[in-house]
Amino acid sequence: MNHYAAWKNILIVFFLFILGLYALPNLYGSDLAIQISGTGDYDVNQRDLDKINDTLSDNEVDFKSISFENENILVRFSDSQSQLSSKAILKDSLTRNYVVALNLAPSIPQWLSGVGGKAMSLGLDLRGGVHFLLEVDMEAVTKMAVDRYYNELRAALRKDKLYKKIRKEENLLIVSFKSEEFKNEAKKVIKKDLPDLVIVDGSELELELGLEISASAQSAAKLSALKQNITTLRNRVNELGVAEPIIQQQGAERIVVQLPGVQDTARAKEILGAVATIEFRMVDEKNDVQTAIQSGKTPAGSKIYKFKDGRPLLLKTNVITTGENIVDASSSMDENNQPSVSIVLDSSGGRSMLDTTKEFLGYRMAVVFIENQVETAMEDGVAVKKRSKTQDIINAATIQGTFSNRFQITGLDSAREATNLALLLRAGSLSAPVEIIEERTIGPSLGADNIQKGLISVLVGFALVLVFMAWRYRVFGLVANLALTLNLITIISILSLIQATLTLPGIAGIVLTVGMAVDANVLIFERIKEEMHSNKNIQKAISLGYEKALLTIADANITTLIASIVLFSFGTGPIKGFAVTLTIGIITSMFTAIIVSRAIINLIYGGKKVEELAI
Amino acid sequence: MNLRSLNIPVIDFVGKRKFALIFSAILLIVSIASLGLQGLKFGIDFTGGTLIELGYEKTADLEIIRSKLATAEYEGANVQYFGSDTEVLIQLEPQATSSAKLSSSIIRMLGEGIDVRRVEFVGPKVGEELTNDGGLAMLYAIIGILIYVAFRFEYRFALGSIAAIIHDVIITLGVFSILQIEFDLTVLAAILAVIGYSLNDTIVVFDRIRENFLATRHVEPEPIVNEALNQTLSRTLMTSLTTLLVLLALFYLGGEVINSFAGALIIGVIIGTYSSIYVASSMILALGISKEDMLPSEKEKKEIDARP
Repeated sequence: MNHYAAWKNILIVFFLFILGLYALPNLYGSDLAIQISGTGDYDVNQRDLDKINDTLSDNEVDFKSISFENENILVRFSDSQSQLSSKAILKDSLTRNYVVALNLAPSIPQWLSGVGGKAMSLGLDLRGGVHFLLEVDMEAVTKMAVDRYYNELRAALRKDKLYKKIRKEENLLIVSFKSEEFKNEAKKVIKKDLPDLVIVDGSELELELGLEISASAQSAAKLSALKQNITTLRNRVNELGVAEPIIQQQGAERIVVQLPGVQDTARAKEILGAVATIEFRMVDEKNDVQTAIQSGKTPAGSKIYKFKDGRPLLLKTNVITTGENIVDASSSMDENNQPSVSIVLDSSGGRSMLDTTKEFLGYRMAVVFIENQVETAMEDGVAVKKRSKTQDIINAATIQGTFSNRFQITGLDSAREATNLALLLRAGSLSAPVEIIEERTIGPSLGADNIQKGLISVLVGFALVLVFMAWRYRVFGLVANLALTLNLITIISILSLIQATLTLPGIAGIVLTVGMAVDANVLIFERIKEEMHSNKNIQKAISLGYEKALLTIADANITTLIASIVLFSFGTGPIKGFAVTLTIGIITSMFTAIIVSRAIINLIYGGKKVEELAI
Repeated sequence: MNLRSLNIPVIDFVGKRKFALIFSAILLIVSIASLGLQGLKFGIDFTGGTLIELGYEKTADLEIIRSKLATAEYEGANVQYFGSDTEVLIQLEPQATSSAKLSSSIIRMLGEGIDVRRVEFVGPKVGEELTNDGGLAMLYAIIGILIYVAFRFEYRFALGSIAAIIHDVIITLGVFSILQIEFDLTVLAAILAVIGYSLNDTIVVFDRIRENFLATRHVEPEPIVNEALNQTLSRTLMTSLTTLLVLLALFYLGGEVINSFAGALIIGVIIGTYSSIYVASSMILALGISKEDMLPSEKEKKEIDARP
C-alpha cells in the first residue's frame, strides 16, 4: 500500500527534470545589446557582421561579443555607455536597409539555448516601454472611397454624355439624367463597369438615381486601409529603431503598437500618429493675393495658402507631385546651416518635376506641408471625432535651374522637424488618419522597480507560507513545501516554454496561486488526520485521505479554472496577464500538490510499518 | 460519528445563522447605500483621462506643479504624492478634446530632467468599452460557475454559491466605495479572483455536505450541514490564512501599482471565508435541501463511473 510503481516515479522525476531545465534560463541575467536587423525583405548576412565588427573595432568600442541570433545580428556590451555610443556609430555607418535598436539579450549558455531554453518574456510594465492603441478613422476611409467612385462614375458615364449632373450626398452619389433612356443606358454601364456601386432602394426617381458603395466593397476598402496603415506603421517603427516591436490588427479598425524599451516616448507618439505629407505647387504669379483676400474672390485655378507665420500666398490648384512619389528622404544641414531635407522622387514624380522646372524656370515653386489630425471630443456625453487639416507653406523659392528627381527643400523650423519630416516621407504616409485612443507608457525606472518589488513580494509571501506549513503539518508540511517550490518552478518553466508575457498582474497571479496551491495539500492533510481518528490503520488513512480529497480538490479547482478562463477570454491587458498565470498555476498545482506530494509521501511512509505520522 | 472524539471543535454555526443574517444584512445595506450615494471612485481605465507619474530627484513641490497646471488651464487636475514624496501622480479628467498629446505637453511644461515613470491615456470611447467588457466578464464568469455547480451538485447549491458570490462582491465593492479607493482594471481582476476564491471555499463545504448526507441515515439537514462546516473549518481557516499571508506580502511589498489589487483581494478573502461558512450554507438550508435531493446526482455519477 502507498507505493507508486517504479515507472510512475521515473516519469514524475523525468517531468520535473524537464520542467526544471526549462525554468533554468530565467536564472541567467541579460546583457545590454544592440540588435541589427534588415528592413523589409533584406536579411542580414555574414558580410554585414564582419563590417559591423570592423566598424566597432575601428572606433575602439568595447563589446563583449557579436553573433547571429534569430536572423539578427546581436552585439553584446558590458556597460550602457559603450552600448549607446555604438548605436550612434552604427546608425551613422549603416544604410537605411538596417534597423539598429537597443535591446536586452538574455545571456543563456549555448547548451541551454541549444535545447530551446528561453527566459520568460517580460511585459512592458516590467521592462519599460510604450503601448499604443490606434484607431483608424474609418469615416475618412469611406469618404475617400466615395470620392474615388465619384470620379470613376463620372469617367464611365462621360463617354456617351449619359448624365446631367452627379452630386455627393453624405455617402451617396446622386445622378440626374436628361431622359429615361439615358438613365437605363447608364444603369447598364454601371452594372458592367462599376459593379461595386449599387442602386439604393427607393432612390430611383424618373430622372434620378441614388448609388452607394456595396457593403462588401466598403469593408474591403476599410480592410485595405487598415493593412496599409499597419505597413506604414511598421516602416516608421523600423525607422525609430526598436527591438522586438509588436504591431498588429485588433478588431476591424484598431492597431496595437507595442514598443519595448523606447526611451523617447514623446517622439514615438509624434511619429506614429502623424498623417503628414508634402505637396509641390506653383505660385500663382499673375494674380495678387491681397486683392483676392479683399475681394473675397479667389482666381480660378488658384487657392490661398498660408505660411506658418500667417503670410498668405496664391498657389495653383494643380499639384506637381506629392509625398506619394518620394522614394527617399534624408535630413541634413544645408550650406547656410539651415535644416533641410534631401528628396529623391520616383520616375513619374521626377518626370513631372522636370517638365515643370523646364516650363517655369524663374518662377516660384512652393512646398506645402499637409497634416491631418483626428481627435475625439466629448459633446453632450457622446464621443465625437473631430478632424482638422493643416496646410502650411514651408517654403516658396524661385526655380533656378531644371531638376528632376533629386533636390533639397528648406524652410523647416528645426533640425528635429527636418528629421521627423524626412522619416515620415521615407516611411510613407498613412492611408487614413489614425488617432491614439489608448496609451500606456512605463518608464525604465518604474519597470525595474516593478520587477524588484514583484520579486520581493513573491519571495516573502512564499517564505511565510513555507514557515506556516512546516509549523502546522511538520513532515507533511515539508512535503507540501517541496511540492509548492516545484509548483513555482513549473509555472516559471511553462511560462518560459510557451513564451507567455509576464506582467505585474501576472506576478500577482503567481503569488495568489502560491496561496491557493497550498489549499490542495491542506485539504488532503486535514482529511488524513480525520481518517486517522476514525481508522487506526495509518497507511489506509493516507490512502483514503488522498482519495477523498481528490474529488473536492477537482471540484474546487475546476470552478476557479472556469473563472480564470473567462477572465482570459473577456479581459484585456492587465486582466489577461493575471488570468494566464492563474490558469497555469491552478493546473500545475494539481500535478505538484497531488501527484508529486503523494510520490514523496509514499517514499517516506509507503510500505513500512508506521507507528505515528508527523502531521 | 462523534466529532468531539475526533478533536474537531463543535461550533453551532447553523444555530447562529440568524445573527449572521443580521450581520450580512447590515453589511449589504451599508455597502449598497454607499454604492448608491457616493458610488465608486473609478480610475481612468473606466472614465478615460490622463495619468502621469513623475519621479523627482528631490522632494517635489506639489503647489508649484498645481499652479503650473492651473496657469495652463488644464481642467480637473489632481496632483498628489505617490508612494514617496519624490514621486508625483498627476491625474487629469478627460479634456474638451482628448488626445494622447496632452501628456507630452504637460511633461514638457513641467521642465527638463524629470523621470517619466508612467503615462497612461485612455480615450473616452475606450473607457466605456472597458467598463462594458469588465461587466460582461463578471457576468459570464458567474453564469459559467452557475452551470457547473448546478451540473455537479444541484440547483439549490448553485443558487447558494451565487448568493455567496454576490454577497462577497457587493461588500468588497462597498468597502471600495466607503473608503473611496480608486477602482481600476487591476481591482476588477481582483474582484473576479475573489469570485473564484469564494467559490472554491463554498464548493469544499458543499462537497462535504453532500458526502455527509449520503453517509448518514439522519434526515434532518441542519445537523448535517453543521457537521460539514465543522469538519471543513480547519481547512477553511488554514487556506484563508496562507492566502492572506501571501496577499499581505503583496500589499506591503508589491508597490503602489499593485496595492489596491492586493487590498481588494484581502477584503474579498476575509468576506469570502465568512460567506462560505454562513451565507452559502444558510441559503441552501433556506431553500430546503434534503437527503433525497442528493441521490440523483449520485446515481448519475455511478453511471458515469460505470462507463468503460
